[in-house]
This record gives sequence, structure tokens and C-alpha cells, in this order.
Amino acid sequence: MYQWFMITLIGKDQIGIVAKITTALYEGGCNLGEASMLRLGGNFTIMLMLHYEGNAQALEELLKPVAKDLQLHFHIDTIEGQLHQHQLPNVRVSVHGADRTGIVAQVTTVLAEAGLNIIDLESDVGGDEQQPFYVMHIEGIATSGIVALEAALQQLLLQQPDIEVKLEPVETVFM
Amino acid sequence: MALLDLLIYPDVRLKQVSASVRVFDEKLHAFLTDLEETMRAGPGSVGIAAPQVGYFERIVIIDVSSKPKIKHHGHLILVNPEITQWKGFEVGREGCMSVPDYTGNVIRAKKIHLMALDENGVQQEYDMEGYEARAVQHEIDHLDGLLFLDRLVSRRYDLFQRSQS
Repeated sequence: MYQWFMITLIGKDQIGIVAKITTALYEGGCNLGEASMLRLGGNFTIMLMLHYEGNAQALEELLKPVAKDLQLHFHIDTIEGQLHQHQLPNVRVSVHGADRTGIVAQVTTVLAEAGLNIIDLESDVGGDEQQPFYVMHIEGIATSGIVALEAALQQLLLQQPDIEVKLEPVETVFM
Repeated sequence: MALLDLLIYPDVRLKQVSASVRVFDEKLHAFLTDLEETMRAGPGSVGIAAPQVGYFERIVIIDVSSKPKIKHHGHLILVNPEITQWKGFEVGREGCMSVPDYTGNVIRAKKIHLMALDENGVQQEYDMEGYEARAVQHEIDHLDGLLFLDRLVSRRYDLFQRSQS
């Protein structure tokens, strides 16, 4: 019987992090599931589902040497994971504007109140240090309909005219 | 009438290139009936290609008429289809009966000009756009042994390249 775990790893970006971590896991008998790995602000971040026959302690021992070698922090959670649980997004929200505090909180709060379940969110800061701008893309499910989200965003834009928000339906051509 | 068995990824037969249809007879028409029934049995499915049921001839059935507010040609049987013009491109999400529990973003031409024979071997021409054009491009890929998995673009790519023409 195996157990699903979620591991998170963070550290200064360098060549070979993914290769060395996944090789250690593979050689230790782990089977990897869904993952998100990306560079954020010079750090490399990994969120990774895996299943493994040992316990969390054994998994920690497996990761310790390679994480130490790469100077990565890591954390292990025992989870009720399952594959084949994908949900299909039906809406995409794109946001950009001059960077300031509160953009994510303001946008996602009105969207959550209008029924948006976020499946995927990516954001980035562009521009330069004098004039940074913020870009965010969200894919999710409009559980109360897209019209409700549109109305909520229109209301938000009256109060926060400095941000550009575009909402569009995501249509999946299914064949 | 019969439901046909679908080939499911990673079945390697999905990579096979299909041959042109040469004979338009009763046997072909019987197959088209079964292929159509198989397409209709897939939840929400708007198209099917013959190689998806292990019949390696260049046949596609499309019907996107269930989608509201789009331009389309209704129910179409496309034999030996060929796209002769492409215009613009856009990223959109696709799923496939042969690739369960997975959808992904794919770049397709926005508008196409299509030549195809109908079920009786008569030449037809269509100008298509948007959803219908995407469906046809997806299905013609099956005839060439390609899946949408072969054309996936990353999420980040989608963020900046979407909706250009």
C-alpha cells in the first residue's frame, strides 16, 4: 500500500535542480504525479505530488542529502491525493496595471464572492524598479455563471480604475 | 448500427497515417453510420475521425451545431479533406475522446478554406472559422497520426500570444 505526499522545495535557482531531485526520488522508489515547478524571483520552486511506499520520515531521509547538496528547503505533507481529478476551467481573467499593493486581494475577493473557483493563477511583475507593473492570469470555474463575474468586475473597476481586467470564457473544443 | 471501440492514448495505432478513400459504396456508408453513432455517444463530442476507431481511411465527421452563437455548416462528412488556406492563429483549449481526462491549449488557424469529398464522392468546398475550423484541424490531424498532445503549448506561452492574427 502506498501513500500520496505533497513535497515543496525552494532554493536559489541553479542548473540541475529538477534532474537531481527527481532522480533521487526515482531511485528511492517514488512515483511522481502532477507537479508545478517554476522560477520565482531568482528562486526555483517545486510543488510535487508523489506516491511512495514508505512513511514521511523515510521520504525525508531520501530527500535530505540531495536537498542539502542543492541548498534547498523542503517540506513534506501527507495528503489525500488522487490523480484523474482534473476540472475544466470555463473562464479566464487577465489583469494588468501599474504595480501596487492590493491588486490580487481586491480582484480575487470580488471574484470569489461572485462564485469563481480558481484552478490556476500565475502572476508576474514586469517593468523596472521605477515603474513596475503587475500581470496576473487566472483560470477557473464560474460556479455562479460568467455574468455574475462580469458584474462583479465592473463594480470593482469603478472603485479601482487603475487596473485593466479582461474576462473571457474558455471554450474547450471536445472531439 | 453499432458503437465502435475507440482507440485510447497511448495506443500506438493513433500515430498511423490514414489512406485516402477510393471507393464510395454501401460498406463505406454503413461505416459512416457507425462512426456517427460513436461520435454522438461521446459526451459533448463535436467530431470524430475514422482512425480513432481503428479504421485508417481519411474520413472525418463534424457537427458543431450544438454550440450557440457560432458560424458553422452543421453536420458534415468530410472524406479526403484538405485544408488549402490558413489565416490567422489563436490558442484554444481542446479535449479528445481518445485522450481521456486531459485538456490542453493548442494553436490553430482562425480561418481555413477546406476541400473535401462528401459521402458520395462529390467535391465540396467550405470556408470555416473559429470553433468549427478548430474542430476540423483537430480531426484532420488524426488522419495524419497526430494528436493535440503533439501540439500543446505551455500556459505561459498562451498568456502572451493569445488572439493574435
